[in-house]
This record gives sequence, structure tokens and C-alpha cells, in this order.
Amino acid sequence: MAKITFITSDNETITLEGTSGSVMALAVDNGVKGIDGDCGGVCSCATCHVHVLPEHVAKTGEASEIETDMLELDDNANEFSRLCCQLEISEALDGVVLRVAK
Amino acid sequence: MKKSEITCPFSEARTNKGFGEMDDQNDPVTMLLRHKDVRKGAHDWKTFQSGATPGRIVIPSEVNIRTTRQIPFEVDPPQHKSFRDILDPWFKRPLEEEYQAKLTAQISVLVDEVLALDSVDVISEFALKLQSRALTLLLNTAYDKSDLWISWGTHVFRSEGEALDGDKAAILYDYIDAEIDKAIANPGADLYSVLLASEVDGKKLTKEEVKGVMILTFAGGRDTVINAVSNSLAYLADNPKSLERLREEPEIRNRAIEELIRYYAPLTQMGRVVTEDTTVCEHAIKADTRISLVWAAANRDEKVFENANEVVLDRKMNPHLSFGFGTHNCLGATHARAIMKVLVEVLTAKVQSMEIISAEENIEELGEFKRKVGFHALQMKFNKK
Ligand code: FES
Repeated sequence: MAKITFITSDNETITLEGTSGSVMALAVDNGVKGIDGDCGGVCSCATCHVHVLPEHVAKTGEASEIETDMLELDDNANEFSRLCCQLEISEALDGVVLRVAK
Repeated sequence: MKKSEITCPFSEARTNKGFGEMDDQNDPVTMLLRHKDVRKGAHDWKTFQSGATPGRIVIPSEVNIRTTRQIPFEVDPPQHKSFRDILDPWFKRPLEEEYQAKLTAQISVLVDEVLALDSVDVISEFALKLQSRALTLLLNTAYDKSDLWISWGTHVFRSEGEALDGDKAAILYDYIDAEIDKAIANPGADLYSVLLASEVDGKKLTKEEVKGVMILTFAGGRDTVINAVSNSLAYLADNPKSLERLREEPEIRNRAIEELIRYYAPLTQMGRVVTEDTTVCEHAIKADTRISLVWAAANRDEKVFENANEVVLDRKMNPHLSFGFGTHNCLGATHARAIMKVLVEVLTAKVQSMEIISAEENIEELGEFKRKVGFHALQMKFNKK
């Protein structure tokens, strides 16, 4: 079980709990604003862009090369950017806070 | 070679030079072929413009057959965003349960129809019907409107080959003009009426702007959806285990759909007009000439996709560009994905297997390249579960 917190662009804070699957799916299932997950999580749409709060980066680990390439062209991207369809829910993520990019 | 296979004609040029060239009605095109370059090109809307002379970014160019600007596709930021803001919510409706229930009902009826026949031409009797009927949902108009659109055939917007057919295109433009007038006289809950009542940057949309959106909605989703549907059916027929697998492992369906969309790249390329002298792959490109973003070539880039020329049904990382990329990504993608999702659901529920009886390939001639994009005709037999 992992507790995952999203902060949307209108500063709403939503904390959800999940045991498996991707963070994108959890967000979409619960209607988190700004996470669309258009491609269903295959890393082709970038509609699941989040910024990991700096103090939580250790929990999420590094982005893969394909993910980094994708984010490179996003005007909104910075070193804390991730595509949350690439974040698998596990205990390791417990307590993570993600700011929705859109 | 299996009938459903599509080889990549761009591999050599992609590896060796990174670009290709073709002539299109004396307005030549430099074709970007590498995944990175195509993505960068799509992202850089300032250098590679969509808001050029109407029809010029399309290949073959439609400059000689239309003056109406297609919206939002031929509009650049910042105005582009104002249009997308009103259009995006409408084009996301396919995510709604009620919409999908209606789509499921339509596709179930169609699959039952073809299951009852000895064989069927998937292009004219399945994909074309499916696309036209589904369009009534996207426009929120009466179902029986689709009969007329089906009667236009798959080639109402352009003739075969390079030549463009202004008379044929006029059928669609006149039809849309008449529908807009009807909606003005009698507003309803359809897309025409919604657009006529909308404002962009504080101004009501003009008739010409509404027409621009509607032409795009009709034209953009026609052969693309027909290609996606018919190529996918051919794949499932050629690879009987794949249908079985989709039946037994519903969790891979989304990946399978994205993979079929990558592999088949229903739209080969889209052009842009260059606004300043620049270079791609050390090749000079002059201002006011055209480049194209070849989605189909980028999707087979071995630097990005392992076994790029195979369908890997459960491919996990799949940054394909079949719906474009960046600002101008496909407005109809949600609708297209919903169609594919429902199609797979209905097929796995009702169909045991499919066979290809005969096929006539649709090959695009693109300068030095020839690319199969789908079929002109595809005779298939559907077997009941
Ligand atoms: S959901 Fe499409 S890239 Fe993450």
C-alpha cells in the first residue's frame, strides 16, 4: 500500500492509496485534474506529466531515456519531471508528493 | 510475406541521411525521417509553420482545391490554443460511458452483419461504414446521416494518385455549407450548432471558421480510421493467436492497440512551411519551402524501437508518433482510440477467427519512396465464436 499525493494546478491536494499499477492509472481512475493518460501508459502522449517534489525524488528514481527524450521537448519540464505512467506503485513510493504539470 | 505486413521504405534514407525528398505539384518537400528530428520539428512551430496558405501543409497539397483554412490544424499558437480550448472538451467525449455504449452498439451490429456473410470487403463494407456511423456520434447528429457519407465512398475528398479532384472535394464543402445553414436556422445539440454558439478570443466563430473545423473533422478522420481499422483486422486474420491472446489477456489490449497504431501509422506524413533558413541533418532548408514530418518513418526508427519492424503486441515503451506530436497532436485521437478499443472488445467477444481471401494494396508514391498505407480492397471472411 502506498499513499500518493497530487497537487493540481489550482492547488488542490488529493491523496490516494494504491497497491499496484501505474500512478497515471490511479490518477485517471480518481479524476485527478491535469492527468489525462491519453495513450494508456505507453509513453507516447506526455499527458501524465508531473513534477516530483525535490525531497521525494529518491522514492521515484530516475527517468528512462525514452521518458527523458519525451520530456525534453515539453516546455514545462525541469529536472523533477516524470511521466507518471512510468511510475509503478509500490511501497517504495509511499508518501510521495507530485505536482501535476498541466 | 503476410498480406498484413507493411515494410518501411524509409530505413536506408533514415539511417544514411536522415531525410528524403519528394516533388509535390512543383512545391517540393524535404521529408524528415528520424524519430528525434520529427519530434523536434513538430515541437518547433515557429520555424515549421502550420498557419501557411490553406492547403499547403497537406501532401499532396490542396492549395488548388480549397481556400478555407482548416481549424485548428492550419492555425498556429497563440490563436491555436484558443480554438483547442473550445474543441478539446468536445473531442474528449468518447471517454464518456454513454458514448462508448453507443459505439459498442454500432460496432456490434456491424460485426454481426459481416459474420452472417460468406465474405466481405473490409474497406467498403466494414471500415467505411464503421467510420461513417461513428462520426455521427462525434458530431452528435442523427445516425441516418451516415448513409449519405457512406455513399460518397472512401475517396470523396480526393481522387486516386497525385491528381486532386476539385469537383469531388466540392461535394463535401457544399454539404457542410448546407448543414451550417440548417444549424443556423435550427440550432440543436450537434457540433455545428455548438461551434456556431462558441466564442474564440471574445468573438463568435464565423461561418467560414465553423466550416474549417467541420472539413477537418470529416477529412482528418476518414482514411486514417479506415486504414487503422482495416490494417488491424488484416493483422488479426494473419496472426490467429493474437486474437486469442487479446481474448485471454484483456490487460494487454491497450498496449496492443497503441502498437498496431504505431506499426500501421495510418497517416504517413504531414507537412509544414519553413519560416526561416534552417538545417535538418546538415541539409539546408530554405525559408518558404516545405518539410514533412514522416510519422511512419519515425515509428520504425531502430534507435528508439527494438524490433521496430515487427508488431510486438504487448510493447511497453511505445513513444510512437502516429497521432503527431506537440501542439498540433491529433484532435481526433480520443475518438480513434475509442473506436479501436471497442472494436477489439467486440471482436474478442464475437469472432473466433478471420481469414483474408484477397487483397489489393494501397501504395503511396512519395518521390523515391513507395509506402503501403493500407488496402484499396480487402476481402475477408469472419468466423463466429
Ligand atoms: S500516459 Fe501517455 S505518456 Fe504517460
